[in-house]
Amino acid sequence: MITIEKRKKYSIKENLLIIIISIFLSLFISSLIFSLKGINPFFALYKIIFSSFGSLYGIKETVTKAIPLMLCGIGLSIAFKGKFWNIGAEGQLLTGAVLATWVGLFIGKNLPSIILIPLMFLIGFIGGGLIGLIPAFLKVRFNINEVIITLMLNYIIEQYVQYLVYGPWKGKTQYGFPYTDNLSQNALLPIIKGSRIHYPTLIIAILLSILIFFLIFRTKLGYEIRVIGENPLSAKYAGIDFMKVTLIMMFLSGGIAALAGVGEISGIHKHLTYPSQISSGYGYTAIIVAWLAQLNPLIVILTSLFFGGILVGGDVIQTSFGFPFATINIFNGLMLVFISISYFLIQYKITFKRIEK
Amino acid sequence: MKNQGIETLEMKGIYKEFPGIVANNFIDFNIKKGEIISLLGENGAGKTTLMNILYGLYRMDKGEIYINNEKVNIKSPKDAINYGIGMVHQHFMLIDNHSVLENISLYLKETPIFFPEKVVEDKILKFFDKYGFNVNYKAKIYELSLGEQQRVEIIKILLGGASLIILDEPTSVLTPKEAKDLFGLLRNLIKEGKSIIFITHKLKEVFEISSKVVVLRKGKKVYEEDIKNTNENVLARYMVEREIKPLIEKKEIKNGEIILSVKDLFVKNDKGRNVVKGVNFLVKKYEIFGIAGVSGNGQKELIEAITGLRKWEKGEIVIFGKNYHKFNSKLFRKLNISHIPEERTKFGVVSNLPIYDNSVLRTYDNHPFYKGLLLRYNTIKDFSKKIVNDYNVMTPSINTKVKLLSGGNIQKFILGREISTKKDLIIAAHPTYGLDISATRYIRDLLIKMRDEGSAILLVSEDLDEILEVSDRFAIMYDGEFISITKPGELSIEEIGLLLGGMKNKEEKIS
Repeated sequence: MITIEKRKKYSIKENLLIIIISIFLSLFISSLIFSLKGINPFFALYKIIFSSFGSLYGIKETVTKAIPLMLCGIGLSIAFKGKFWNIGAEGQLLTGAVLATWVGLFIGKNLPSIILIPLMFLIGFIGGGLIGLIPAFLKVRFNINEVIITLMLNYIIEQYVQYLVYGPWKGKTQYGFPYTDNLSQNALLPIIKGSRIHYPTLIIAILLSILIFFLIFRTKLGYEIRVIGENPLSAKYAGIDFMKVTLIMMFLSGGIAALAGVGEISGIHKHLTYPSQISSGYGYTAIIVAWLAQLNPLIVILTSLFFGGILVGGDVIQTSFGFPFATINIFNGLMLVFISISYFLIQYKITFKRIEK
Repeated sequence: MKNQGIETLEMKGIYKEFPGIVANNFIDFNIKKGEIISLLGENGAGKTTLMNILYGLYRMDKGEIYINNEKVNIKSPKDAINYGIGMVHQHFMLIDNHSVLENISLYLKETPIFFPEKVVEDKILKFFDKYGFNVNYKAKIYELSLGEQQRVEIIKILLGGASLIILDEPTSVLTPKEAKDLFGLLRNLIKEGKSIIFITHKLKEVFEISSKVVVLRKGKKVYEEDIKNTNENVLARYMVEREIKPLIEKKEIKNGEIILSVKDLFVKNDKGRNVVKGVNFLVKKYEIFGIAGVSGNGQKELIEAITGLRKWEKGEIVIFGKNYHKFNSKLFRKLNISHIPEERTKFGVVSNLPIYDNSVLRTYDNHPFYKGLLLRYNTIKDFSKKIVNDYNVMTPSINTKVKLLSGGNIQKFILGREISTKKDLIIAAHPTYGLDISATRYIRDLLIKMRDEGSAILLVSEDLDEILEVSDRFAIMYDGEFISITKPGELSIEEIGLLLGGMKNKEEKIS
């Protein structure tokens, strides 16, 4: 008979081991896929790792991709700490992208950089936060499942972005492509020379990871979020205001994810374009980023770099082996599955024993 | 032999132990065709455990069961059902979102896999004809009243071929009218040749319905008699009899000011029924006011109303001289009230967080733990160390997650946390439930100490010993009302037993 019991003790060693095993297992199964295609899996893995971490160019690209992952991952950590399953980082990111374009292209076109760029981040943050409020309100007030609302909002926002770039915002200078006109120079973020790293966003991300770490573990709001997440009944006993805490929590979560969208527009693309171009699924990958970091915003810095590298590697296997980019989604998906299992294994012990009848 | 009707059923020497407690201590129990036996006892006497063993939900450690003089091995409810045993649990085992028909189909083993409705519908209609029943069998369960849901349970069991029916506290969810209908139905079933085991703590019902009564107390069978040869007083005595411990030396009660007073309070439960029906009482400084009673008589809802966790319908609560007519959870939080909730791990602590986080669960935003936006963790850690030291909480450190502590230590911790900051009014619900002797002793002494130091204490407990030992005055709660307010020593144990069983006054005793 198989029995499952809660572990009495946690050792950090075991904990780490389980996570390493889950990474290893995802790599192993991905390798099988490479083998099936007749490619030496070790070579493929070497390619992935070398291309993302093995050269200066690779590292630059890895960091570039880690920026949006970091921001979304930090945002998700807050919500997940409160056991609010926000699957909407993708839509929140796109909201930030739309609003950054709106401010940069129409509203603040003639403002100097020093005012315009902070304004883009601010408006983007507020917009993403407001989007985050929708599922928060619906959940607390009507007990509607937040997974469905946040996921569906992603599709709505994606479609809205499509509508904008094919419709009213389609640029006159873009030769018929579904792009908005390019932002003017004063709306663009500075980058590190010879790379695509828009460092102001990176700095914001790192500062936020420290700030949010303190928010979660040192402030009144963080305390309330953790209590609601761990035990809603004792939160009620403690007199915590569910509505207020959930709204603030999701405002922050959505707002921070939206900053990633602002960064992508103002730092990389310079214009709004179709959604899959702006975000190669950053909002979804960030779910894994946050979980692998065990919802610790400081560790999110590391895990986002790791997954940034995986994304870069994905580009490379696409070009060198002719693999579809979606291969990388297989790896990410496997990661999430194994991490979820490993969390279960960290909390519970499974023992096999025979019982006599 | 399977399900040819149960002529006799014998349980011999049933023994069942849970960690730290013997729930059934070598109990013998017999029932014959056509009998209704009431199984009477306080909470924790072992009634439900015994019946769960018979129904295959628990496995006994020792003992034997015979049906029609043949030894049987009941390993699961499926076996029990095959032998013709059916049980209506206190909490119904129905799927709310499914219809009556679907729920019944699910239970019957002869239900065909495809298109079961027709077959089952015929059966139900025949059954209705036979018993003069009527339940809308196409309705979803949640659309039915509790009384109707109970009928569905009974129909389900009878259609499944049960000849012995176990009912666990069946009237606790019913209105008086519904209870009367239930009794009518049970009498009919007896005429059909069924037998019934009726778990209850209500004395009146024992005499209204049963042919025989068995009394359990602390896991043992203490009394068994035909109903015509017994009376309420005897039953009450057997149910609660105990050595009355000499009252502990308590300091003479000082007459303090009134801290809490509750006036004509009505509270509804989650199902929307009034379960607190016009309760009046007051608690003074330097006093422990106890509320005794079998659980489920409205104590939970009463406490939730007083501690700001539940709305109340009517009435008034006065705390520290201020009147409240309306529920306001935020306001209650600011008041100087300690609350030791029932089900300590469910409400009282966040098991996954360390001790220090838990030490400020209800005070985290008060001075000195909170300043600006930040929680002052140094102060909080010092405070949690103080609780751990002052109240003998056994833990490796204050960084340990609460879930790793034992029940007794969690309770000491909660009590310590609550009374170290707010001690004008202490509300404690079942504070020693499930604890070992030394932890129980510690907590009772602590409550008495707090009283001596000037706290007003409201203590709810289903442990009569605790009420008699600790409280200065106490009420007996039955069916949402305080049917008596008295002092320990004023009433005999038999009188208390009668009151716990709902016997309000002399006239009712006779009738």
